[in-house]
Amino acid sequence: MHGTVEARGRSPAEPRPLASSTEQIAVRNLSLRYGDGADAVHALTDIDFAVRDGEFVSIVGPSGCGKSTLLRILAGLMPPTQGQALLAGSAITGPRRDIGVVFQSPVLFPWRTVLANAEVPVHVQGLNRKAMRARALDLLKLVGLEGFEGRYPRELSGGMQQRVSLVRALIHDPALLLMDEPFGALDAMTRETMHIELQRIWMERRKTIVFITHSIAEAVFLADRVLVMTPRPGKIGAVLNIELPRPRALDVVNTEGFGIYVRQIRAALNATGGAL
Amino acid sequence: MSHAITRGTTGLTLRLVLVAVVLGAWEAGVRHFEIAPYILPPPSSIFAGLWRGLQSGIYIKHAGVTLAETFMGFTLGTMLAFILGTAVALSRRVEYFLYPFIVMFQAMPKVALAPLIVVWFGLGLTSKVINAALVAFFPLMVNTIVGLRSADEDRVNLLRSLAASRWQIFWMLQLPNAMPYIFAGLEIAMIFALIGAIVAEFVGAEQGLGVLIQSMNFNLDVAGQFGVLLILSVIGLILNGLITRLRRRVLFWDAPRATNTSLRKEPGT
Ligand SMILES: Nc1ncnc2c1ncn2[C@@H]1O[C@H](COP(=O)(O)OP(=O)(O)OP(=O)(O)O)[C@@H](O)[C@H]1O
Ligand SMILES: [Mg+2]
Repeated sequence: MHGTVEARGRSPAEPRPLASSTEQIAVRNLSLRYGDGADAVHALTDIDFAVRDGEFVSIVGPSGCGKSTLLRILAGLMPPTQGQALLAGSAITGPRRDIGVVFQSPVLFPWRTVLANAEVPVHVQGLNRKAMRARALDLLKLVGLEGFEGRYPRELSGGMQQRVSLVRALIHDPALLLMDEPFGALDAMTRETMHIELQRIWMERRKTIVFITHSIAEAVFLADRVLVMTPRPGKIGAVLNIELPRPRALDVVNTEGFGIYVRQIRAALNATGGAL
Repeated sequence: MSHAITRGTTGLTLRLVLVAVVLGAWEAGVRHFEIAPYILPPPSSIFAGLWRGLQSGIYIKHAGVTLAETFMGFTLGTMLAFILGTAVALSRRVEYFLYPFIVMFQAMPKVALAPLIVVWFGLGLTSKVINAALVAFFPLMVNTIVGLRSADEDRVNLLRSLAASRWQIFWMLQLPNAMPYIFAGLEIAMIFALIGAIVAEFVGAEQGLGVLIQSMNFNLDVAGQFGVLLILSVIGLILNGLITRLRRRVLFWDAPRATNTSLRKEPGT
């Protein structure tokens, strides 16, 4: 049938090309602890997974299970306490230029206009401003912010701000996109538009995407593979291959196959005691 | 208080009427109770004295000296405060070694140093400028440190995730983020510089409004002193207004808070 839920370490169902050249991200026995001694918070324990080049992976898990923490490690913002995270075969030791990050909150600069906020990576990395200006305007139009280029963040709604941060993550055309609940603040309709656009961008440019979400349906709709995390200390509880054909249209959510995936993920979450 | 009253011409008229009533009561009170002019002069003789002083040019001359001291002291003090504050905020090592001095000086009422400074630097301009700078220094230094340090962690992480350098984080995030704090510090520093200059003039000087107040005090010219006080508050208002204007231009993105703080600050200054 459609993909199988496997318990980690038991089933060989998931193809895991160890040390293969197509492996973009590899996470090995990774643990992260905040603080020391009695106050220590074990955010992640023994995380083990890989993301292939060009793959779209979603991570779902209950609140506080360490999803954002994992993303910060992959972005090179903090080192793991144990284990390793590899990017294209080499250990992640710090931030890199070819990664785009969308954080859980928009994180805009209030003194910059929408356009200038979207162009932050251009300024930081000294890219060609002229070429990037056209790209910024295109992307802003794509996310429905045409006409707001000269506005300041405080004049925007939360959802609009989050769309600016999406443009900012895409502007330097990074090979790897790390997204932390990027559409959490959007209304259902804008969210659907964003799903279609993200799928299109991904299919056109074949980026590797790690997409964190609270929404099971969102994870299934977008991803090639869904990793289900357990409550803190976070582990990968189950992995699910989503074999729905691409490009997926919005009404795929009404198909039987889609419903089965959603139920399987929910069951996996319940089994680990981490109902969303 | 309703906004209909505090805004528009009706409000302005009411305010002026209130001022006139207070002045009238003052005048009538002094005359009725025959209070000696060296204790409390009536407004009429204060304004007469002010007019005479302005015409003779004596106020202008002394005010010019005090203003020059204030501006030079403000510039010197705030420039040093900004540089040192930035160094402390960016470098743990600088902070570690400067911290004892900062704590000691911060607790000390800086005006109490004025007599020493006059002894060291003489009765001329230098001692006034240094005293004004000293008094203006701390509010800006503290605000610069706090402002530069208060950059939101998520924003720092965003820039770091793009592989931004430390200097890029400073220029693109920390400095603009510190601007509201810096302007609040500048507003205080401007008035503090004026205080520093006047106190140093009290201690020992040949010119300036502080000297004028003291000589008038000596001659029991209380009306004249009131005149100088009026001039001083006008100067204070103008200096404060200059900073507020600059703030509005630079901090356009911080507009809602800017208007609020400038209103709240008024009574304190
Ligand atoms: N800077 C920190 N210091 C100490 N503990 C932290 C820190 N950041 C996160 N934690 C803890 O680590 C755990 C995981 O946090 P994280 O933000 O990664 O969760 P999350 O899965 O992203 O949750 P959510 O879905 O609510 O965003 C939480 O229990 C949190 O309290
Ligand atoms: Mg999170």
